[in-house]
Amino acid sequence: MATPVKVYGPPLSTAVSRVLACLLEKDVQFQLIPINMSKGEHKNPDFLKIQPFGQVPAFQDESISLFESRSICRYICEKYPDKGNKGLYGTNPLAKASIDQWLEAEGQSFNPPSSVLVFQLAFAPRMKIKQDQTAINQNEEKLSKVLDVYEKRLGESQFLAGDDFSLADLSHLPNTHYLANAAGRGELFTSKKNVGRWWGEISNRDSWKKVVEMQKQRT
Amino acid sequence: MAVTKVHGSPVSTATQRLLACLYEKKVEFEFVPVNLGAGEHKSENYLSLNPFGQVPAFEEGDFKLFESRAITHYVAHEYADKGTQLLLPGSNKSMATLQLWKEVEAHQFDPAASKLVWELAFKPIFGMATDAAVVEENEAKLAKVLDVYETQLAKSKYLACDSFTLADLHHLPNIQCLLMTSAKKLFDSRPHVSAWVADITARPAWSKVLAMQKQ
Repeated sequence: MATPVKVYGPPLSTAVSRVLACLLEKDVQFQLIPINMSKGEHKNPDFLKIQPFGQVPAFQDESISLFESRSICRYICEKYPDKGNKGLYGTNPLAKASIDQWLEAEGQSFNPPSSVLVFQLAFAPRMKIKQDQTAINQNEEKLSKVLDVYEKRLGESQFLAGDDFSLADLSHLPNTHYLANAAGRGELFTSKKNVGRWWGEISNRDSWKKVVEMQKQRT
Repeated sequence: MAVTKVHGSPVSTATQRLLACLYEKKVEFEFVPVNLGAGEHKSENYLSLNPFGQVPAFEEGDFKLFESRAITHYVAHEYADKGTQLLLPGSNKSMATLQLWKEVEAHQFDPAASKLVWELAFKPIFGMATDAAVVEENEAKLAKVLDVYETQLAKSKYLACDSFTLADLHHLPNIQCLLMTSAKKLFDSRPHVSAWVADITARPAWSKVLAMQKQ
């Protein structure tokens, strides 16, 4: 039986939860190793050996050490094509290209404004850091424009890359979850018919519900 | 045979990223200029190719793609046997290592580098004032990223391994721009990074991309 893979980082981290969602979709056994960021464990020399940027997550299996959540997700899908959700990263080159396209769109267009909003609205208050209202306004506007593109796209297909749930949709779960549940910005998504429908479907997946459970347990 | 088309602008860093890949792979393509100054990238027609209204967009017969890094990934796989080998085929491990450094470029290098390109290279051209605070902040961020690169490039000739791959290629457009600004010092002051920059910017395929700007 294969040794469980290792994921380093707190489940509350959006990037860590991205990897956890992928592992659960693919039914790959894993061991979650906590990293106490408030104690600076992510900047320890030992941790920097596996993640030189001092960020979470880091990942190890018997072959390799990896970082960057989206590359970890792709590796898991490539290494275990026949486990769990077989179509998560596409089963042919054209499907995969479409998934890559929307994964890049997530990383380049959705992630920057949504990450700022998650930090400003969900984390800053808890960390007693003063919110930057200008940044909030600017990034709400940017995110709204991105969601206009998504609204049109999701009127043409069930999910972003096509008619099946894929890594491209999964990659959006962590930030959107916080925006909808901890930042009071659910309306950005639910006020748009197709985006609202899509969010309802993807956030109801068993894999994501399990990740949310893990986040609650480790608060 | 399906015609390959690239829609974009020779001065757009993302378009250049794709062009570099196509030249390395020796893939024949038709370049369809998009007039950014005239707002062509926001026209209904163009939005059907890239719904975000950005360049580049790619067509191969009926197959359409956007996002430069997704397109280069597709091209490198589809034409694996042509031109330069830009991937690390052979194992999930080597492909994952390549993917890791591609993600580093996209999420660590590009955010800081592209802000500096905008402040130091493009704003002057448009007669806009450079924001010194933004420059200072992003030079500091880029410096930290390049410290990691300096360590990595002491271990291997290129980022992912000892051969040139997509992970290195993706850096070319922003690096080329920054070499013509005050941010050049960030590369020059790090010997392994400096050698890597000199090497990748001297590649013939990259010179072809630069030549397109002069037309």
